[in-house]
Order: sequence, then structure tokens, then C-alpha cells
Amino acid sequence: MPGESLFSRLEQLLPQVSKPIQYVGGELNSTVKPWEDAAVRWCLMYPDAYEVGLPNQGVMILYEVLNEVPDVLCERTYSVWPDLAKLMRENGVPQVTVDAHRAVRDFDVLGVSFSTELGYTNMLEALDLAGIPLHAADRDESHPIVLAGGHAAFNPEPIARFIDAAVLGDGEQAVLEMTEILRRTKAEGLNRHDTLLELAKTGGVYVPRFYDVDYLEDGRIRRVAPNHPDVPWRVAKRTVMDLDEWPYPKQPLVPLAETVHERMSVEIFRGCTRGCRFCQAGMITRPVRERSITGIGDMVKAGLEATGYEEVGLLSLSSADHSEIGDIAKGLADRYEGTQTSLSLPSTRVDAFNIDLAQELTRGGRRSGLTFAPEGGSERLRKVINKMVTKQDLIDTVTAAYSQGWRQVKLYFMCGLPTETDEDVLEIAEMAREVIRAGRQATGTRDVKCTVSIGGFVPKPHTPFQWAAQADPSVIDARLKLLRDAIREDKSTAKAIGYRYHDGKPGQVEGLLSRGDRRIGAVIEEVWRQGGIMDGWSEHFSYDRWMQACTTTGVDVDWYTTRERDELEVLPWDHLDSGLDKEWLWSDWQDALAETDLDDCRWIPCFDCGVCPQLGTEIQVGPTGKKLLPLSVV
Amino acid sequence: MRYTKRGRLRFTSHRDIARVFERALRRAEVPMAYSAGFSPHPKVSWVGAAATGVASEAEYVEIALAEVRVVEDVRAALDASLPDGIDLVEAVEAAPGTSFADLVQASRWEIALAAVPLESLQAAVEIFLEKDAIEVERMTKNGRRAFDTRGPVVSMRATKRDDCAILHLVVQHVTPAVRPDDVLSGLRSVSDLATPVPPAATRLSQGPLTADGEVGDPLAPGNPGATRQVDEAAGSL
Repeated sequence: MPGESLFSRLEQLLPQVSKPIQYVGGELNSTVKPWEDAAVRWCLMYPDAYEVGLPNQGVMILYEVLNEVPDVLCERTYSVWPDLAKLMRENGVPQVTVDAHRAVRDFDVLGVSFSTELGYTNMLEALDLAGIPLHAADRDESHPIVLAGGHAAFNPEPIARFIDAAVLGDGEQAVLEMTEILRRTKAEGLNRHDTLLELAKTGGVYVPRFYDVDYLEDGRIRRVAPNHPDVPWRVAKRTVMDLDEWPYPKQPLVPLAETVHERMSVEIFRGCTRGCRFCQAGMITRPVRERSITGIGDMVKAGLEATGYEEVGLLSLSSADHSEIGDIAKGLADRYEGTQTSLSLPSTRVDAFNIDLAQELTRGGRRSGLTFAPEGGSERLRKVINKMVTKQDLIDTVTAAYSQGWRQVKLYFMCGLPTETDEDVLEIAEMAREVIRAGRQATGTRDVKCTVSIGGFVPKPHTPFQWAAQADPSVIDARLKLLRDAIREDKSTAKAIGYRYHDGKPGQVEGLLSRGDRRIGAVIEEVWRQGGIMDGWSEHFSYDRWMQACTTTGVDVDWYTTRERDELEVLPWDHLDSGLDKEWLWSDWQDALAETDLDDCRWIPCFDCGVCPQLGTEIQVGPTGKKLLPLSVV
Repeated sequence: MRYTKRGRLRFTSHRDIARVFERALRRAEVPMAYSAGFSPHPKVSWVGAAATGVASEAEYVEIALAEVRVVEDVRAALDASLPDGIDLVEAVEAAPGTSFADLVQASRWEIALAAVPLESLQAAVEIFLEKDAIEVERMTKNGRRAFDTRGPVVSMRATKRDDCAILHLVVQHVTPAVRPDDVLSGLRSVSDLATPVPPAATRLSQGPLTADGEVGDPLAPGNPGATRQVDEAAGSL
């Protein structure tokens, strides 16, 4: 019977698997609704293990938004580990939700949220376990609509054959509008094709089957065109303008199992105007929309009461950039002083203001480590990527941090950035040495540490670097080794500098999936057929399996990754509109190559990137001038 | 406090339970005493936690408060804040300076063995009880270890309920711990007992081992570790 609980069958398998608690649901603030009363039924999936997927804000927000509609039901599912997947196949138990353990195939929509392309094989595994045909073309009215969302959905072409639809951008309003359409198409008894057409006609839902891709003889795309008169040439991203109207999650999920983020998060703004050219998130989430200081205060209070968490993270792409962050930090620190509640700010800004903030947030608490992200090793390279931080800024900032009691500083970098040379990367070693020297001088002790963390750069769609040649893994690995040797060379600082790196191979696969077109779908499918899942986990990721699958399917990895694109090439995602003007992206790419940096448009009048005029708006920033009042004593 | 691990919540590990408790304490605004030091933690101490996958009607935890409170109020508030299945069923005020852990010497277990004929279970029990020692091996934190599963078993009998064979056990707490699944391993090693469906074990009680081989109530009045606040304050309750 559709919608029945399959828990008793799953339960028989759980004593034989590791960490069974991740499969039983029952999280605080989770919702189970009667199946029959629901007009539209959503299943949301985060395509990774529960411990990674549960804390995902996107899934948590949409889960609550959908369940607030009286006759809509929403449940969640996550990737199962191979030990359970094997038992499920042997015993004929399908992929189920964690909420009411209903079969995923019984739902109207399976919405999959992709933060990263490395979740693609996990979607195939879940579809197969669920008994849903892998290819959209093989599904009928009895199967859910498979919908992709999240940042990777801004180029869903590599998974076009597996998904029925994709939504770009903010999901809050999109899922509600889709629900209304599905409520109607279900009532009218429309078939699958016509239902998808209704969604595609809105211009806000991308349905790959209504778009044909033609290729040139050399393999590049000739054009992408709609094959139905009622669907638009381009599909637009969705943007929620007033965050104070969407204070979700109001009741954050609190798992029984341990997860990667043991804290509550409050999103303090969306979008970013820093204009770092490598950063896809910063580009596709424009414009900046701030939550008000009072809205933030209310969400922190309500969330802590609903969860019992000890830590609150103030989430955004660059949290110190909120126009009232000083008052927010002080207000929250005042409110929660002496309550064992700690506050954290993902800190990536490299300036003294950041230290003041960090100091406020750790009042009376631990001062273990601070993280900064200069991203590029040399001044020249930082101009290329538009990360406007001088070495002096960094030294001043870490000096302030060390003098205020912090003993450890973490520095994030990327390797393989456009125009990068060995010398650019080697400057990281010198920077780390200077950080240690400054720290020793500031504290008068040798008890200061600095960790250099570095990974390979992956060019992403909808960024100025979408045309760039990705560095070959061998180049990245060679530079990472040079840097390691350079750090070790100076014995006076070597022991104070930690070095963490990610080798270049996974980045090449990510690059293939990020800028791939529909022809990459065959590679993903072949990798999954050869046993590839959980590609985000180093113990499961197999570079050789990916390369073998490329050979089998006749895909030239270098053509997709290390090839620089020219201005006129049709990119696989050109028909998907992130709001950014392609000509602006190209001119910003040319500025990058000319080592010209760009001002933050938060502070100067600028409509160049194209987002604001298209949305008929300006960036939404405070200040409101309000302050957080002390919480009344209960 | 005595709490349960019922239904699907039996799949929680001890670490999960500890985390769930800490958050429930905060939601219920229980005035916890915190440890001193750089990163203060609420003072919570655990006694003999049942393994992941094993249900229990009798798990114990001690908490230290920073203020005097009516025990039943704290119990009710905390119970309301805990997920269904982890139920706080009993709480007493601890007598100062005593060790609760010393009171807990043995557990009474019930293991449901679906698809096992009662007769073959009874036959296995008979063979088990005749032996003086039955050695089994299991992976422990310190690697693979062999230990005796017969010695700590105080009593063992088989019954039937709703067409399902039930094994009743009283097992002493020893080191390394002999768990219900170890006893089953022992049973299987001396007989041809087969368990086609995963056995479902439940701890029914744990506490002092009485002279007649039963498990006493560690929170009962008269036990050195605890005094019931209800008795002391009977007039006001």
C-alpha cells in the first residue's frame, strides 16, 4: 500500500549495520503527517550520508516550509552506507524516508539538493534502491518527479538524463509554487509529460527534456534550444528578496545521531558582493539580502529554545560583512553571557575588525583558533582572483589575533588558479613564516601555530573563471610538494607551521562534473555501475574508476577540464540564467588576466553584473539602526 | 534517575544518549552544575549503558544541580523534553558521598528469539547450565579477547510469548562485560541453536544481586546509594 511504513522490515536489518540510529528518524522537531490527507507529497534528499546531510540548511528550510502547508507532506531521505544498501537489496527493502519510513517511490516529488557535484553517483544509488528508473525517459506517472536543486543545479546538464527538472536559486517560494501546480495537475489527472510542461512553462523550472542540444563537429555546443513552443529559451533563477519574511528554520532539526555540525545555524544574509572571481556561491546568490538585526535576534532565541544547542553559528558567505554585524555580535554576546551558549562566525575577512568581532563572540570563552582565507599566495595572484588582501593586512590581522589571546591561525589557499606559477605558490611559505614571526613577537612566546590548508581550484559555471583552463592534477600535486618542501626548509619556523593539502585528482573529477555537458551523464552512470558511490569520501572515491569510465564512454577529460574556452563558445549552462550578464563575466575574466581588481559593489553604486537591474532591485542592506535588547528574565 | 531505551531508540549509542540528554537538560532549563575549567561541562555521570541495538527498561544516570529543586519537577520537565522512547521513569535524590555504581552488580535480561522453536531453546539452555565454563571470543577495544560466558550467568530459563521464544537471564556485571549477545554466542557454541532473525534483547532491571539470585532495585529506600525524596517529603507531595 502506498505510504505505508516499512520500518518493521528495515528494523530487521539495523542490528547488522554500523550506526543504525541514522536510519530511524525521530529527530526533535521532525514531522510525520498522515499519508491520505496530503494532496501533494514531497521527499527531500541530501545525497550524502545522514551525518553530513541532516545539518544542511537548505533541506531543513524547505522541509519546514512545505510541512507548514496543511495538506502538503514532506519527508527526508539520505544516502545509506554500503553495509545497509547490500542488506536492503538482499531483502527487497527499498530506499525509504527517515521520517515515516515510507518508500521514496511513493512520493510525488523527489527533490535532491546538490551542494556539490560529487553527490551525483549517490543520487543514482538512491534511485536504484528506491526502484525508480535511472533515466527520466523511462519513468511513468507512477514515479516521482525527480527534481535537482542546490548550487550544482546551476549546471544540471551532466545529470540531465537522470532528472525530470531542476530549480535554480532559492527554494522557499519555488517549492510552494510547484506544489500549487502539482496540486492542480494531479486533480486534473495530467500525464507526466503534460505535468512537466506545466512546470516548464513557468520559466522558473528547468525541464531538460524540453531542450535539445546540438553539437559542432569539433565537439563544442552549437546551440541549446527549446523543442516546445510553450517553454522559454532561458530559465531564470529564483530569489527570495526579504529574508525577514522567511525566518526558517524556525524549529531546527536536532538529530539523535552525531553529525558534522553540532550546532544551530542562523543565516544572517544571502549573497555576497566581494566579487571573488573563483567563487561560484558569491556569484550565483547575488544580490545581497540581509536579515535584520532584530530578525536575527528572534531566530537565535527561538532556535535555542527549540533545540537546546550550545552553539549558534551566524551563517553567510562573509558574515563580517553584515552592515550591523558589530551590534549583532555585541547584542548576542550580552544576551547570552554566562549561559554556556557560544556564538561563532565563519570568519574569512582579513582585517582588524574581524578580530574585534571574534573577541566579542568569545567573551570569557575559548580562544582556540581563527581562520582566514587569503586564497592566493602572492599579491599578483590575489589581484587575479579579486581577493583584495595585502600581505601587510594579513600580518596586522594575525598580530592583533595573537596579541588578543589566540594561539592558532588557520590560512586557506587554493592551488591551480588561473595564471598561477610556482613562485605564486611558494610565496605562501614566506607568508606563513612571517605570520609565525609576527605571532612570536606579539606574544613574546614561541607558543604560536599556523596551519596552511590548501586545495586545488575548480573552475565553476556562472563565474568569471568559467572560461579558464583548469590546472592538471600533476601540476597541482607538483606545486603542493614544492610548497611542503619550502615550509620545511626554514627550521626556525617549520615546526610551528602545519600543512594540510588535498591532492589534485578529486578536483579534476569535480571539474569534469562542474563544467560538463549532457555527454558526461554516461560517465556518471558508468562510474555508478562500477560501484562508485560516496565520492565525497576519500575512502570511497576512486580516481581510477572515473578515468576508466571516461575511457569506456569515450569522454576526453582534458577537453572538459584543462581546455580554455573562448568568448563565443556556447557553454552548456548558457540557457540557465543566474542573473549575471555573460558580457560582464567575460570582461571581469579579462580584468582578471590583466590583474585588475574590482570594488565591492556593496559600497559603490554599480549595476554592472546585471543582477540588480534584472530583479528590479538594489542590494538589500541595512542598517536598521536597531539594537538587540536584553532578553526578559523568565 | 532511571530511564528507558525503548523501541527504535534502542539503536542509539551511548554517545548519542549523552548528547540527547545534554540538549534536553538545556531545553528543560534544568539548573545544571558545571565542571570548572576551560570548557565547562554539565555534571552528568552514567552507569552501565546498554549496547547499541539493545533495549532497556533500566538505565541509570546521575546529574548534579546547581540549585535545590523538587526531584519530581525536574524529572517531569526533563522527561517531557526527551524523545519518546527515552523515558525518565524514576528519580530520587542521591545521598551525599556514596557511589551509585557500586550498587549495580547484575542485570536481568529478556531476549526475544523470533523463529526459534521453544524446544530447541530449552534444550540449549539445559546444556548451557550443565557446563562450568563456556569460552567465546569477541572484538573488544583491546582487540580480540576470549572470555567465559557461563560463570557470570546467575540464572537462565526459556519461555514463550505470542509465539516467540523468550530467553530470561540474570547476568553479573564483570570485566570484560558479558553482554546478552555473548551469552547467545555461548549458547550457540554448545548447542545447535540457530537464530535466523536478529535476537532482540531488553534489559529489564539492573541493581544489587540479592542472596536468592535476583536483581534488586538500586533506588529502593534502604540502599546506601539513594534515599527517595518522596519519602522524606511525603507530607508535601
